Amino acid sequence: MYKKKEKIIRWLFTLLAFSSLLFLVGIMVTLFASGLPAFQELGLFEFILGKDWYPTYDPPDFGILPLILASFLVTIGAVLVCVPLGVGSALFVNELASYKQKAILKPIIEILAGVPSIVYGFFGMVIVAPYLQRILNIPIGQTAFTGSLMLGIMATPTVCSISEDALSFVPNSFREASLALGGNRWQTLTKVIIPAAGSGISTGIILGMSRAVGETMTVLMVTGGAAIIPTSFFKPVRPMTSTIAAEMGETVVGSTHYHSLFAIGLILFLITLLFNIIAEIISRRYRLKLGLGR
Amino acid sequence: MDKQIKQNLGFLLLFICILTTIFFLGIILYFIVVRGIGALSWEFLTQVPRKAMTAGGVAPAIVGTFYLTLGSMIFSIPLGLACAIYLSEYNTKSFIVNIIRISINNLAGVPSVVFGLFGLAVFVKYLGFGVSILSGSLTLGIMVLPSIISAAQEALMAVPQSYREASLALGATLWVTIRKVVLPSALPGILTGIILSIGRVAGETAPIMFTAATFYTRGYPNSIFSEVMALPYHIYALMTEGVHPEEQTSIAYGCALILLILVLTMSVLAIILRQRQRSRSCYGT
Repeated sequence: MYKKKEKIIRWLFTLLAFSSLLFLVGIMVTLFASGLPAFQELGLFEFILGKDWYPTYDPPDFGILPLILASFLVTIGAVLVCVPLGVGSALFVNELASYKQKAILKPIIEILAGVPSIVYGFFGMVIVAPYLQRILNIPIGQTAFTGSLMLGIMATPTVCSISEDALSFVPNSFREASLALGGNRWQTLTKVIIPAAGSGISTGIILGMSRAVGETMTVLMVTGGAAIIPTSFFKPVRPMTSTIAAEMGETVVGSTHYHSLFAIGLILFLITLLFNIIAEIISRRYRLKLGLGR
Repeated sequence: MDKQIKQNLGFLLLFICILTTIFFLGIILYFIVVRGIGALSWEFLTQVPRKAMTAGGVAPAIVGTFYLTLGSMIFSIPLGLACAIYLSEYNTKSFIVNIIRISINNLAGVPSVVFGLFGLAVFVKYLGFGVSILSGSLTLGIMVLPSIISAAQEALMAVPQSYREASLALGATLWVTIRKVVLPSALPGILTGIILSIGRVAGETAPIMFTAATFYTRGYPNSIFSEVMALPYHIYALMTEGVHPEEQTSIAYGCALILLILVLTMSVLAIILRQRQRSRSCYGT
């Protein structure tokens, strides 16, 4: 009697546990099913390397190179903002802050992580873009630069909290050994702690990048949305995510435009998948190195 | 001497980093609060929009966000919890567990707009739910599933092994042990994860853009198959559609403030819960 019930429950949990796998596979299947027709109709290379994105013109152009480059540019910009801020903050919180300061700083960073992306986008649109337009004297405030800045601020908590975790895993004996050899705190930090936590910190950076590539609402609202090959940081661009978000509402189901938006989603999915796999490999190695097991 | 200067400069640099990070949070909160507070009123919170979105309130959007959040939680909490229990109680080390763990990690990294595409293709079109609360809730539910699983799993793992052994030694079966011993002691941790997920779901926009949200509804939603207004999407729509940019921007400030209060309350609640739990628990962090 008991045994039977236990068995049923066990099977039920096993079944439900596969749901996440089911959804991941489901997403892949959906993206491939709806996105592959775009490659077939347009040709893989013409689609990815095409320089013009005019989906509503007659005849339409479906080249997503400008969108890929825009995503790339904005992500690089975001990394330049979030890596120094995130890693620097993590070092401060973990190595320099007193116990009391830590108790205040960690929640603040967590709150920053909780701010919804639409609020960053809104803030960027109504405050940052007009401000940059004025002080940089550029025709439009909504540029790749504005997008990078907002995305960078958004990704900072991600980079910071993962780096902070990595730093807290560095055994205290490492610090003590370095200090005992006469190194001061800064030398200990740069020559011992950062190298020891290096792979953990890089995991944080990669996951921050992954977040920046996939972020939608912020870039949709602050990058201006011009689908041309970016030539400058201070001009409007249109990353992949905002193209999907801006155009999906107006497409006809089953049209080439519809399929190509799914194809962009597929490329986006594969890029973030790649980032995640790299992060996973690095963090696994790191845990082995410090003897923390898997 | 040189060493000392370097150290001071380095520490100063780190201090500037953390200061800049806090400064950004401060400036965002400052502008949204100062400019949004003027829009807030009882009418704003309880009335439907009037005069082509330039007057009245945003009550339908608040209600819509509530429904979407509730719906996604009804879907993702049982599923996430079951998954976490399986991974930490029934099967802790095997090939299958590794596959599930990897797929959770990767699902967590999928961009939110891609979830939106999935929801559009599967729930809205294929299953025929249309643009509705149901489609949006399911899409959001799948999106937060990984965070709920990891939070629950972490909380379950933190329960000392001796608790389980004691229960099993008294003759309880595995399921009874989980239900009566493991889950109650892991509950605060699980709750923290759920609260954080609620905050995240309430603020998400991209997944509901093509699965649930609409700029304007006449009144309140009357079934799970009706499309809804939602706070985050409403901010976006106010800034990009319509013909009265000035009045709409001030309403958008109001919406952003409500959303921020909602989401940050959740964050603070989670932080408080976690700290209380830490100071109380007898088995460390």
